[in-house]
Amino acid sequence: MTATTTTPTASTAHQHTATVLFAQGLRYEHRADPYPYYEQLLRQPVVRMDDGTWLAGGHREISLLLRDPRISADRLPPPQQRPIRKSLLVEDPPRHDQLRHLVTQQFVPRIMGMRDHIEALVTGLLDAHTSARPGQLDVVADLAYPLPVTVICELLGVPREDEALFGSLARRLTRGLDPIDTQTEDEIRELQQTRNELQQYLEGLIARHDTAPGDDLLAGLMHSHGPEGPIDPIDLRVTLGLLLIAGHETTVNLIANGTLALLRHPDALARLRTDPDLATPLVEEVLRYDPPVQMSGRSTLADIDLAGTTIPKGSRIRLLLAAGNRDPRRFADPDRFVADRTDNAHLGFGGGIHYCIGATLARAEAQIALTALARRLESPRLVADPPPYRENAILRGPESLPVSFTRLIADDGGAG
Amino acid sequence: MIGPERIVVAGASLAGLRAAEALRDEGFDGELTLIGDEPHAPYDRPPLSKAVLSGWLPTDRTVLPRARNIDARWLLGSPATGVDLAARRVALADGREVPYHRLLIATGTRARPWPRQQGGDLHGVHVLRSRDDADRLRAALAAGPGRVLVIGAGFTGGEVASVCRDLGLDVTVTHRGGAPLASALGGVIGDAVTRWYRDAGVDLRLGTTVRTLEGDAHGRLRRAVLADGTVVEAEVAVVAAGALANTEWLNGSGLAADARGVVCDASCRALTVDGTPVADVFAAGDVARWPHPLYPGQLLRLDHWDNAVAQARTAAHNMAHGSRAPRTHDPLPAFWSNQFGVNLKCVGLPALADQVVLTQGSLDQRQFVAAYGRRGRLIAAVAVDSPRVLDGYAALIEAGAPFPPVLNATDGPGRADPLDPAFPRPADPAPGDPSMPPTPPASSAPSPQPDPSASSAPSVLAGHE
Repeated sequence: MTATTTTPTASTAHQHTATVLFAQGLRYEHRADPYPYYEQLLRQPVVRMDDGTWLAGGHREISLLLRDPRISADRLPPPQQRPIRKSLLVEDPPRHDQLRHLVTQQFVPRIMGMRDHIEALVTGLLDAHTSARPGQLDVVADLAYPLPVTVICELLGVPREDEALFGSLARRLTRGLDPIDTQTEDEIRELQQTRNELQQYLEGLIARHDTAPGDDLLAGLMHSHGPEGPIDPIDLRVTLGLLLIAGHETTVNLIANGTLALLRHPDALARLRTDPDLATPLVEEVLRYDPPVQMSGRSTLADIDLAGTTIPKGSRIRLLLAAGNRDPRRFADPDRFVADRTDNAHLGFGGGIHYCIGATLARAEAQIALTALARRLESPRLVADPPPYRENAILRGPESLPVSFTRLIADDGGAG
Repeated sequence: MIGPERIVVAGASLAGLRAAEALRDEGFDGELTLIGDEPHAPYDRPPLSKAVLSGWLPTDRTVLPRARNIDARWLLGSPATGVDLAARRVALADGREVPYHRLLIATGTRARPWPRQQGGDLHGVHVLRSRDDADRLRAALAAGPGRVLVIGAGFTGGEVASVCRDLGLDVTVTHRGGAPLASALGGVIGDAVTRWYRDAGVDLRLGTTVRTLEGDAHGRLRRAVLADGTVVEAEVAVVAAGALANTEWLNGSGLAADARGVVCDASCRALTVDGTPVADVFAAGDVARWPHPLYPGQLLRLDHWDNAVAQARTAAHNMAHGSRAPRTHDPLPAFWSNQFGVNLKCVGLPALADQVVLTQGSLDQRQFVAAYGRRGRLIAAVAVDSPRVLDGYAALIEAGAPFPPVLNATDGPGRADPLDPAFPRPADPAPGDPSMPPTPPASSAPSPQPDPSASSAPSVLAGHE
């Protein structure tokens, strides 16, 4: 329903302001700091936008929506945009639950006990730069990107030689998560083409596993039997694609955003250097303060009364997780980075039935990587502040993060 | 700060410990004493009937994590035996007397024992409430008894029976009602739970009770005679027949306390028998009965983990700050259980419902959500193997959503079809013989308990005062 009055009412004025603020927050030139726009958006925790979609930015409202049974994860894109089969990320119960069950059964046991391996990978990646001389490294290219990519490829069973090809596909595909109106016609066309390339790549990967099965997660998924029987080939491909992309494009931002926060808060960096236990709350604070996934989407299956308004059945809702994370109604001093913040119920991993499957792995990778950086970089300094950011608005993070240092300290391996 | 100089917490379990921590967080810097009847440091009870019995977790690993240093004097291994409200002193079993400025009653509940005259003191008869109970029962199960008899199919009974099946033991469960958990969740959901029992190979005897437990010449349990005349051969029996509040020590104190609990107001202040709040005595946790605004006209006693923690915090706040702007304790009740391979989580109080409707999933698939209504309002929901959806229902309940709720959940039934939840009516005469064994003489008369069940059960003892 649209407003039919001739003079703009207070609510349509709000609606228009919110639409403008949201668009501003998404603009590339504001990528390094969209938070001032989010802060203004937060003055109304739930608001209808000019295009009829809704925006939820309040922590309480987002939390409620994430857990509301009257919510679908299907964001209702235009039908021509719809992939053949939805991944569990945008699938609803009961199919979501079946797929998620299959994945967690394979995923959880494989990531348990992985911390030592992650430590070794981090040590290896940093050792390449060990030097008594002043130097520079790009935290994105040299650590934040290769670490999660290596881990997810090993877990899934993607051969090392495919990583480069796959990485480029993943990066192009994640643009598809951004709101459609920030993408050009060419980008939308390229997206479809990339989807086809990915599909071919995954079919090849599955076919190779058919002839030479390993003991990786892909093999596990191929041979697992849920209550509904074995996973069907299309679901397998879609799920695999989702895991690979999620493994490529989220933790990289968590580590990079965390590095950025550390270098901008030298007191936190100094504390982490001597107290590795600080890594646990610190990574939670990064997930709150500068989350790798800025927003998520849902649609309503019934009318939902929320924050004094009724979101009608069949509406699309954007959940601005990054705004909810800075909601002053929920967090004291929300714009301050507090490395050891307690009561940190952030929305960095979403919530409800779609809560991030990879949360445990992402936490471990970020805790280990940030601790290693704090310990091994002597007098680190940001070469560019802010650093150049990636195009992507939803999976937001630096494109590169050059850091200079006076010495990259050799890993003492705990022997000192 | 201006406030009490000496606070005594009677009860050193979850509520007592969390209250003590909260008192310090609230700035209380006086003398703090915790009294506990058990010799152990505070430990967590939910694992006892699950991970501990199955052998996954030794009881010494159930110690409750400490949120902060509480700098307290611990008087463990000696229960409180009396309180003198006028002199403000608590008496201990070992003869000591402890003075207080403010007192928190957090003495919890204990398992309802099986009466001695019906075989309750035979070797092999267990209850499950404390750490020592769990150690004894774990050892008895590990010895590989030919059959275990579980008396009562409430939450504890179901968890014990489930663990026994996991251990490969033959199990018989008796239950006086028509379905397990029926008085907590109603017969509609109870019938689904019946299938979990039967599919797991439990010999489930519904609508009957145990008349006597019988032993051999050495005083060892050998068999049970049921009210229907049948005999069950078993070497181990677990009495999971509900809980009694530990309030005997308050007898004669002038406080409104009996086997149903100690009555307090919404800000956790204990009431005297004439209904007057006592300014310096508070209650929290399993032992407390209080009026909840969502359930007018009732006094609730909940033996839920979440409630113990939340109520402890509220009581601590009000104890530390006196009567200035007291907080009220009104969170939505919530509890959980794990049995027969399913996780069951509940918000609100289903037992007060007049209708139930399946909103998501299916009973047969053992993955579902059921919503409960009372007079056209949503008042509770239970989720089986769908724990993450429940917060959404909690928000709807707190918002006073109508029943049946309009959800259109993608895994919901096409059409909402509310049913009578089939709760056993309290007036129903128990099939077969004895009602629950009498309470020990020390306590005053208990109210009729619809479904005796222990640790995680929603013991809604709806008095009508």
